[in-house]
Amino acid sequence: MAIDEEERLTRASARFWKWGRQNPKSEPEGASTDYLISMPRKVVTVYIPLLIFLFVLLFPFYWMTITTLKSNEELYDYENYSPFWVAKPTLDNIYKLFFETSYPLWLWNTMLVSVVATFLSLVCAVCAAYAIERLRFKGARLTGMAIFLAYLVPPSILFIPLALIVFNYGLFDTPFALILTYPTFLIPFCTWLLMGYFRSIPYELEECALIDGASRFQILVKILLPLSIPGLISAGIFAFTLSWNEFIYALTFISSSENKTVPVGVITELVEGDVYHWGSLMAGALMGSLPVAILYSFFVEHYVSSMTGAVKE
Amino acid sequence: MASVGIHDVRKSFGSVEVIHGVDISISDGEFVVLVGPSGCGKSTLLRMIAGLEQITGGEISIGERVVNLVPPKERDIAMVFQNYALYPHMTVQDNMAFSLKLAKAESAEIERRVKEAAEILGLGAYLERYPRQLSGGQRQRVAMGRAIVRDPQVFLFDEPLSNLDAKLRVQMRTEIKALHQRLTTTSVYVTHDQIEAMTMADRIVVMHDGIVEQIGSPLELYDHPANMFVAGFIGSPAMNFIEGRVARDAGETRIVSADGVRLPVPQTLQAADGHKVVYGVRPEHIELANGAGGVPAEVSVIEPTGAYTLAFVKMADAEVCAMFDERHAFRPGETISLAPRTDLVHVFDAETGRRL
Ligand SMILES: Nc1ncnc2c1ncn2[C@@H]1O[C@H](COP(=O)(O)OP(=O)(O)O)[C@@H](O)[C@H]1O
Ligand SMILES: [Mg+2]
Repeated sequence: MAIDEEERLTRASARFWKWGRQNPKSEPEGASTDYLISMPRKVVTVYIPLLIFLFVLLFPFYWMTITTLKSNEELYDYENYSPFWVAKPTLDNIYKLFFETSYPLWLWNTMLVSVVATFLSLVCAVCAAYAIERLRFKGARLTGMAIFLAYLVPPSILFIPLALIVFNYGLFDTPFALILTYPTFLIPFCTWLLMGYFRSIPYELEECALIDGASRFQILVKILLPLSIPGLISAGIFAFTLSWNEFIYALTFISSSENKTVPVGVITELVEGDVYHWGSLMAGALMGSLPVAILYSFFVEHYVSSMTGAVKE
Repeated sequence: MASVGIHDVRKSFGSVEVIHGVDISISDGEFVVLVGPSGCGKSTLLRMIAGLEQITGGEISIGERVVNLVPPKERDIAMVFQNYALYPHMTVQDNMAFSLKLAKAESAEIERRVKEAAEILGLGAYLERYPRQLSGGQRQRVAMGRAIVRDPQVFLFDEPLSNLDAKLRVQMRTEIKALHQRLTTTSVYVTHDQIEAMTMADRIVVMHDGIVEQIGSPLELYDHPANMFVAGFIGSPAMNFIEGRVARDAGETRIVSADGVRLPVPQTLQAADGHKVVYGVRPEHIELANGAGGVPAEVSVIEPTGAYTLAFVKMADAEVCAMFDERHAFRPGETISLAPRTDLVHVFDAETGRRL
């Protein structure tokens, strides 16, 4: 390759300065999708499927939103009102959710539990994954398998023995009941994800750092973790989402209203016998899914790249 | 700077021994190249010097100190890896400064040393770049720079040039050699490429299947290979081998090949009549015979390179390559008469492979 050509590409790749793993040299943009170039084809092969996909994905959100904004009268009367539109928007349901239930508290609890459980799990998972992947000890593979098997035990079985433990430690109906039990499924999950990620980082980097005078801990903090940030982010998002939506443990280990999380609170307090407060339920679900959606949108790029690539060189 | 002593070193992975007792002593400031075919244990030996592999048996010392149990960072060595192993998330500057920062050097000192190394290697303009923004040759230089800034006792190189294209490789070869002449730091350099070894080394260690076949200066290995392996490995194109027996008649010693062709050897050859041997002659030591007494050879392929001419011929029932300084236009199938330079041929024992 001519020098200036290489120079130009090098400068182009400067945009991906840190952990972008796009390699403009080996794969020019769009090289593999040339057959999609002509416009009519593009409509059929790209835009129409995309629209259908978007519709299917977004319709539930739309439905939640309009249900939130409808009055009960409008909600139950399909004769006079269109089910797909809001004639007379009202904020009553939201008002009820925020001021007549402990919803703000539930949100706070969910946030607290998810963040702390995710952080705890990530710390443990990083250590576990590093040890299994990089420290040559007997039974490393076995430990890896065992952790994976632990992940396969369904929570619907595990909650019974866990309930006993939670109760005996006096954690019942406290945030700790959830903060300490969520890692039982988060750590195996994150460990596996991170093991795969660590494996993709060349061993020589660590050996080089070892010769450069770094300790194991310094290698982890200064070399491995910075290179694993996309992996950490995706593990973090996954863990956060799993905790945020968790239902069984939250239902079992929490009884008082002010300690509940959003998924449990909404279901237990907005459904009274056979009376469903649809408007407030949907408002609760909508507000509850917003933080996760925002989180995803912030990190989507890293998240995708960590799923598709690994550290090169 | 320091000498390096390797004394009866062995290495096993599980129950498989891959290094079977190696002795090498490297003096202060020497540039030693470990060369051998892929899988012969060069990297393993180097990594044992670096402290990245445990030593199963024997002793390695750097300077006066036996380092068998010393961790890598306390051995005061620097290593350049084949794939460079640059830290992708650090700039060139940070890559080079990393070890100094870990050693808690003063920042002014760090800056001075990095600047100095960058200057030596012509990296001044690239200090703020990330490794992925550099070309292969530049990355290679950064890897060297990272080693230089530390001013270590010993440099270790593991096939540092094999990821570069041929032209750059030749250039970097010269640069590394020049760098060594300037810094005079003891260096151990691993390669599978005998030309790299010949051009760079003060002394070459030829390894094969976990043992040392021969240690010597490049020309010693070329002129006096200890055995068939070294003879075949050093030199390009490779030495020709022809099987035969020693024949002494009328006070004259010859090697007679299986099909009865008589090959000339030095009369000082110490071998019994009828002894099975292998006759070795380098392509550049075969000349066209003028007049009688040559060995008949049938030309199969001619490769004119411009600088010299390679002729692949069938001689004494073997495929033989001959190299001529002049240009020749032999036709395939033509029979020519060749004369190995008697004073430069080698005779090896067919059983042991040792040079007689
Ligand atoms: N970590 C390891 N585990 C088991 N065998 C190994 C390991 N590293 C190297 N070997 C074996 O040791 C031998 C020498 O390897 P190596 O030193 O890498 O050879 P070279 O660098 O000369 O090509 C090879 O047969 C290789 O398969
Ligand atoms: Mg090797």
